[in-house]
Parts: sequence; structure tokens; C-alpha cells
Amino acid sequence: MSVDGSLDRLKREGRIVVVGASLAGLRAAETLREKGFDGSLTMIGDEPYEPYDRPPLSKQVLLGRATADRTGLPRHRAIDARWRLGVPATGLDMAARRVRLADGDEVEYDRLLIATGIRARPWPQEDEAELDGVFVLRTRDDAEALERSLAQGPRRVLVIGAGFTGSEIASACRERGIAVTVAERADAPLVGALGGVVGRVAAELHRKHGVDLRCGVMVTGLEGDSAGRVRAAHFSDGNTIEADVVVVSLGAQRNTEWLAGSGLGAGPRGIACDAGCRAFDIRGIVTDDIYVAGDVARSPHPLFGYQFLSLEHWGNAVAQAETAAHNMLSDSADRRPHIWVPAFWSSQFGVNIKSVGVPSMGTEILIAQGSRSEHRFTGVYGYQDRVIGAVTFDQTKWLQFYQQLIETTAPFPPASPTVDRRPEGQQPMPADFPDPSVPTHGPTVTLSGYAPDDRRLTFTPARH
Amino acid sequence: MTEAILRQIIDYAHRADPYPLYAELRQTPVYHDADGPFVLSRYYDIQSLLHDPRISSDARNLKTPATANPLAAEADEETALPPSFLRLDPPEHDRLRRMTNRPFGPPHSPRRVHEMRGELKDIVSGLIDGIDNPDRIDLVDQFSYPFPVTVICRLLGVPREDEARFHSWADTIAASLDPVPGADTDERAKVSHNARTELGMYLAGLIEERRKKPGDDMLSQLSTAGGPDGVMTTMEVLSTAALLLIAGHETTVNLITNGMLTLLRNPDVLERLRKDPNFAVPVVEELLRFEPPVQLVPQRTTLADIEVRGVTIPKGASLWLVLAAGNRDPDRFEDPDRFDPDRGDIQHLGFGSGIHSCFGAPLARLEAQLALSELARRLENPRLLEDPPPYRQNAVLRGPRHLPIACDGIRP
Ligand SMILES: Cc1cc2nc3c(=O)[nH]c(=O)nc-3n(C[C@H](O)[C@H](O)[C@H](O)COP(=O)(O)OP(=O)(O)OC[C@H]3O[C@@H](n4cnc5c(N)ncnc54)[C@H](O)[C@@H]3O)c2cc1C
Repeated sequence: MSVDGSLDRLKREGRIVVVGASLAGLRAAETLREKGFDGSLTMIGDEPYEPYDRPPLSKQVLLGRATADRTGLPRHRAIDARWRLGVPATGLDMAARRVRLADGDEVEYDRLLIATGIRARPWPQEDEAELDGVFVLRTRDDAEALERSLAQGPRRVLVIGAGFTGSEIASACRERGIAVTVAERADAPLVGALGGVVGRVAAELHRKHGVDLRCGVMVTGLEGDSAGRVRAAHFSDGNTIEADVVVVSLGAQRNTEWLAGSGLGAGPRGIACDAGCRAFDIRGIVTDDIYVAGDVARSPHPLFGYQFLSLEHWGNAVAQAETAAHNMLSDSADRRPHIWVPAFWSSQFGVNIKSVGVPSMGTEILIAQGSRSEHRFTGVYGYQDRVIGAVTFDQTKWLQFYQQLIETTAPFPPASPTVDRRPEGQQPMPADFPDPSVPTHGPTVTLSGYAPDDRRLTFTPARH
Repeated sequence: MTEAILRQIIDYAHRADPYPLYAELRQTPVYHDADGPFVLSRYYDIQSLLHDPRISSDARNLKTPATANPLAAEADEETALPPSFLRLDPPEHDRLRRMTNRPFGPPHSPRRVHEMRGELKDIVSGLIDGIDNPDRIDLVDQFSYPFPVTVICRLLGVPREDEARFHSWADTIAASLDPVPGADTDERAKVSHNARTELGMYLAGLIEERRKKPGDDMLSQLSTAGGPDGVMTTMEVLSTAALLLIAGHETTVNLITNGMLTLLRNPDVLERLRKDPNFAVPVVEELLRFEPPVQLVPQRTTLADIEVRGVTIPKGASLWLVLAAGNRDPDRFEDPDRFDPDRGDIQHLGFGSGIHSCFGAPLARLEAQLALSELARRLENPRLLEDPPPYRQNAVLRGPRHLPIACDGIRP
């Protein structure tokens, strides 16, 4: 309860605006109502749809098991909001506390939550990206269009980029019996997120399921036919692949352009905020009325050297939204930090992959249980003699234990014997992450430095 | 803490209400007495040890001989079969459990349990129809016992005409898990050994038949299906079938019986269930928390020195994880001793957790939901004739041996 009653007033009759009407936005709105916020709530989203869930888009939807319009997020409670859907926010006036919309409207707020997430990085050659049959996958519309073209039985699909999304797309194609080529610039799939040791297992999975996997090559150009349909792709090794569907899966860009010039600490790496989800302005001063959550946020984490982390994780979006909402309605003494341990899952080629912590920070890996050759194992990542991350392939149930090791900064390598420790797990080995200056991608964790105002204009690829 | 707390827990005198003892136990979260087991009774500790890869289920890792374990005699499946996956660690555990799961659940047979719904309903109706004297019903003998055995018969593919023989073997074996102090142990051991041998031979014969002429029952699929893990040996199929029979049966009897007892002690809940069969879902979950059929897991061993709350449990020690005590840990649950199917998120350790979490959980849930909602619907004005009812000896698989009830009549 605030001394001067302003918090009570905010709860009773305040105006809260949420920009980005997706997972983080919705969960924040629900939490606000849960915590007794009775004022006006406005949800602004550039997509025309009510909040929906993205993970199924590259899984069930591409398999034709669910349709894209059936991925709406379950509602935990009524939020009684004013919805402004299909209208992007285009600007922010921090002094006047106003959000500008593309249709010219302005919406005033007492508290603002920014949850604009990320978008797929498009194919860089614009004319080639426009070809019929070239897709990205981030939104419901993307998924619907891609699914439709898969249902028509293309002769070959080319997936550019073997991060998590690209691998899931390839997996869905194979499950549907569609020939698929995957091109990856690095030496193996998933190396950016999980390193080469695990990446080589991922490569085996691809090949075992009949994917034509090409690593260490780049796609240099896409070629269309006279009707403007994609028909082939040229590779840096001189090869040409014929494909009638191409999915560009080259990672993501933060949706922060609309904040340019606003004075908020927002840039290509996201919006910097403190552990309580309060955004920084460009001077590195924390705001008290602007909060950030989800994929667009980057915040410092004590477990990982107080570096700013950008996460593209479903669970993070939920947890961060809840914390942001809680803090928006709390006095400073009651605020909570968002110190979620990063966790991510994926399913591809019938294998359930999960990670916790920040594997990509690891320099070494130990196969603590199971065996890579059986595609069932637990890999533990070490950084400066401590456990920093872990990944499981079909061994989810042990993950909680390794999460505890991360949370307690346990020494690496973990010394104890475990059930199912095989000879290959007796010694750690280099985790084999690619040189950070080579771009890779995939939904994972990005260490995005220390400075809140990180607006370097040159593209510095994240070290995934 | 009295030195005798474990003995008190095993002592039959406390069977009807062991919960005050569990509360006492929780005061010493890592309890250890002389050369006895280390006993864990807090929710979060148990939960984390069940996910701890330094904890083994394989008895061969035990340092102290099994005789130091006061439950060893009663809990062990004394048998010549190789250990079932319940008593194995990965990778053997994973392989056998995975192969058993192929014909039972997702991803390969996602609808198996669901599709048994109609058949389960019929079995339940049949048993209730068979109740002749509403003035005195023994719910255990007349309902909760025969139900799961019949289900396991249908699941395994035991021909209907053999079900009666199967029931009697199952009863004998189950009874042997429940030692009566002072009984002639040699004689009992002989009887149960014979039953096991006969059941084993019967199943082996059935497996041979199914290998030649497979049906769509689980025994056929276990003995013929070749997935990426290959085919189970006959001995493996036998130990798996024995596991499904014993574990799937003993526990469901208690879940249903404890359930009915709890409902009769909470008439308002019973009444709500009578009107709304869907209410069975939270009711059964809360039952699994409040009166779990498996009270404790006495078969875990440490592979390393493990620290819990500042106490080091040495390598090779025997662990007891008292699920029923964790389920009523006030650090985890508000007002834990209240039976409240409306509590927000009902979590529990009733099915264990981690890689050994109950394999049959989906079936057990469905059986209990159907059984309890049908009993609630059809028994007119049911009431307890004895409270507490007489319990069985077993402290691990705890439940009433008889549940005498009466009602005014049976609704159609
Ligand atoms: C295909 C796919 C599969 C995935 N699979 C997994 C998985 O298996 N496991 C996992 O952990 N995570 C997965 N993820 C990631 C997960 O979906 C994201 O972490 C999560 O959606 C983040 O939620 P968010 O609300 O922060 O951002 P988003 O979901 O990106 O939502 C942001 C919203 O804001 C809108 N927006 C952007 N700019 C503006 C503006 N100026 N004005 C108004 N609205 C705007 C966007 O259009 C979007 O609707 C997957 C993502 C995708 C795309």
C-alpha cells in the first residue's frame, strides 16, 4: 500500500496499456486483473487475432494435426480489456505518457507494458524473398500459408537454417513424407544453441529421418520461374537445389523500431530493463512506469554474471509477464525480481529436447547420463568450473536435478556417479560452440552485454 | 523423536491413522536411526530425490543387507523372475518401460486407456448389479477387489473363461504381500510360491499362444512387437506382466476403497459427486494426495554421498521416501489435513514422480473416477458400518481389508 494512496488510485481507476497482444501481453493482463487492477486496460496488437500460441505452429500445425486458427491461448480469467487489434503502435511519447498508433490514434497510460516480441528475419534479397513459395514462420498467417503449400505435396522443400524452428519444420516435412533439404552455414544443426557435440547428434537425427542435410554451406541466391514461383536455390559450394517451397529460418529481429527516438533504451538487441522488468531509458536511468516482458526484453541475471539476457523462450515470456504485472501494481519494497532460470523445449524427429540455463555460455560438456549414440542423453555444460546449463534428449525427467546444480552454481564437472552414466560420460569435452562472429540462429539465449543502452548500429551477431 | 517411530509406522496399531506419526516424522526431515534407512518426509525433499540421478532403484546398489530394512520382507516380490523395470535403473529400466508403453500409451497407443472406458463401465455396472444385500456390503470383496483384476485380465488378454483362475492366483499373491504377524510364514510362503509358479506357467503358455497367433491385447503386443528396442524375452514379458498385475491391482483396490471411505466421511463431497460425475476428476486427485495407496517408497539407494538439509546421506544407504507424509506437508499445502477437492492446484506424490512415476496412472485414474462416481450415483444413502474399518497389515500398500457399508437400495 503506498503512502500517498497513488497505488490505490492506480488500481481503482488507472490506465494500463499493453503493446503486443500475444503470450506475454495476455498473461500480464490476466495477472493485472488477478492482482486487483480495476482500471482501464488496453491491449494493442498489430496482428488481427486474439492472442495465440506459437510453439504449435512449427509442430502440430505443420503436421496438419491442428489448424492455425485453433492455437488460441487458453484464458485463465476474463481480462475485460479494450482490444485494439490489427493496429501497430508506431511511437511512444514518454513525457506525455502516450502511445501513438498507426491509425493516428493516441492512447494515454499511467503504466505501459511493452511485449512486442520478435519477428522472423526475412530473406535478405528482397526480390527473392517475394517469390511465391518462399516462407518464414513466426505468425499464424505464416503457418497457415506454409501448411497449405505442404498439403499440396511439394516435390522438395528447402529449409534455410537449422536452428530449432528450421529443424522442427524439416521434421514435420519428413513426417509428412515430403523430401526436404536443410542448408546450414554452421557445421551442424542447433550448434548455436547447444554446441557442436550436441549438434552432431542433431545431424544424425536429421539424416536418420531422411533429411538431405547440407552443413557448412550458405544459400547464395533463390531463383524463380517466369511466373514468379521459386524453383531453385544456389549454394555457396556451387550446387543448385530444385525446390518448390523454401522456408527461411534465419532467426529473429526484435520489434523495437517503433520506439526509435522515444528515448527508451531500445535497440536491435531488445529493450533493456532491470530485474524488476522496468525499462531503462537511453541514459541508463530506470523508468518507473514502463515495463517490458517476453522475447523483446533483455534483463540482467545474477546467475549469469549480471549480463543482460535476451531469451526467446515461451516459459520466460509467461514468468516475466507475471513479474512485470505484479511490479506494476506494487510499491518498491514489494517488487519481485525476474530471475527465471532459462528453460526451453523443442520436439523434432520424435525426440523431446529440453534445455535449462545458458548452454551457449558453456565451454565444456559432460554427457552425464545416457548415450549420444542412442539419442537419449543428458549433457551438462560447464563454464569456469561451474555448471552453467544442461540439455536432455528424451530424458526430461532428470532435468530438474541439473537445474538445481545451475541454481546453486555447483562445480563442473559434477563428480557424483549417476544412474546410467556410461564410459563416454566420465570426461568432459569441449562443447564446441562456433566462433561467435559467425552468425547462427535459433530460439535460445543471447548474452547481450552489460550496457542498458546497447544500440550499436553494426549488426553484431549474437553469440547463441 | 522417539527411536521407535519407524516401528510405530509399521505397527498395525497405527494403520487406521498413521498421519500423526507422519507429522512427527516431518519434524526431523532427514530421519535416521542406527542402521535403519534414511527417511524423508517433506514434499520438496521427496520430489527432488525422485528426480535425482544419484538415487538408484536397483537393490544391487544397497550396501547394507536387505535385512536391516524393516520392510524388506514384506515389500519384496519374492520370485525367480528377473527384476521388473520398477526395480531397475536406466538404461535397462528405460528400455523395458518404453517397450511396455508401446501398446499402452502415447505416442504409439494414445487411445488405449480411453478406449477401455466402455468396458470399464460395464465391469463396474456388473459388480454393482451383483450386490444382493444392501444391508451389509463389503465394498472390498464385492467391488474394489474384483474390479481391477478383471480389468488387468482384459488388458493382458486373459480369456474370459480363465478369469476366475486368474483371480484366485492374484488374490493369493496379493495376500502374501500382506504378512499377518504370527501366521505360519512357511506355509504362507509355500502357498504364495505355488500361486506364483502356477500363474507364471499359465502366462508363459499364454505368451506362447500369442506369439503364434497375436491378438490386440497387451500380452500379444509385448511378446511380439518389435520396435527399435527389439523384442522382449519371455522372462521379461513375464516379469512385466507380474508387475502390471501386482502393482496395478493392489494399489487400485486401495485407491477405490480409501476413496469410498473418505467420501462417506465427507457426505457433502459424496453428494456433489452423485450429482456431477465430472467432479470425480478433482476428487480422485485430492484422494491421491490425501490417502495415497502407496504410502512410502522403501526401495531407493544412494549412489553417492548426498546432502539434504545439511545432513549427508552416505553412499549405499537405503532411503524411504514417505509419499503420504510429503502429501500432507504444510510447507507445500495449505491446511493439508483437510480433504478438499476444490483446492486450487492439486498436486501430490501419490503416483511418485520422476522416471519411476506410476506407469499405470492413466488407467488407475480412470478406474477410480468411474468406480467412485458410479458408486456415488447408484448406492442410495450409503453409510459406514464400521469406522475405522479393519485395515490390512501392509504399511506400504495401505488400505482397509474390509469396508462394511450399508445402503437403502441400489439405483438402476
Ligand atoms: C514457430 C515457433 C515455435 C516455437 N517453439 C517454441 C518451443 O518449442 N519452446 C519454447 O520455449 N519457445 C518456442 N517458441 C518461442 C515462443 O513462442 C516465444 O518465446 C513467445 O511467443 C514469446 O512471447 P512474446 O509475447 O514475448 O512475443 P510474441 O509472441 O512475439 O508476441 C509479440 C506480439 O507483438 C506484436 N507486435 C510487434 N510489434 C508491434 C507493434 N509495434 N504494435 C503492436 N503489436 C506489435 C507481434 O505481432 C506479436 O503478436 C516458438 C516460436 C515460434 C515462432
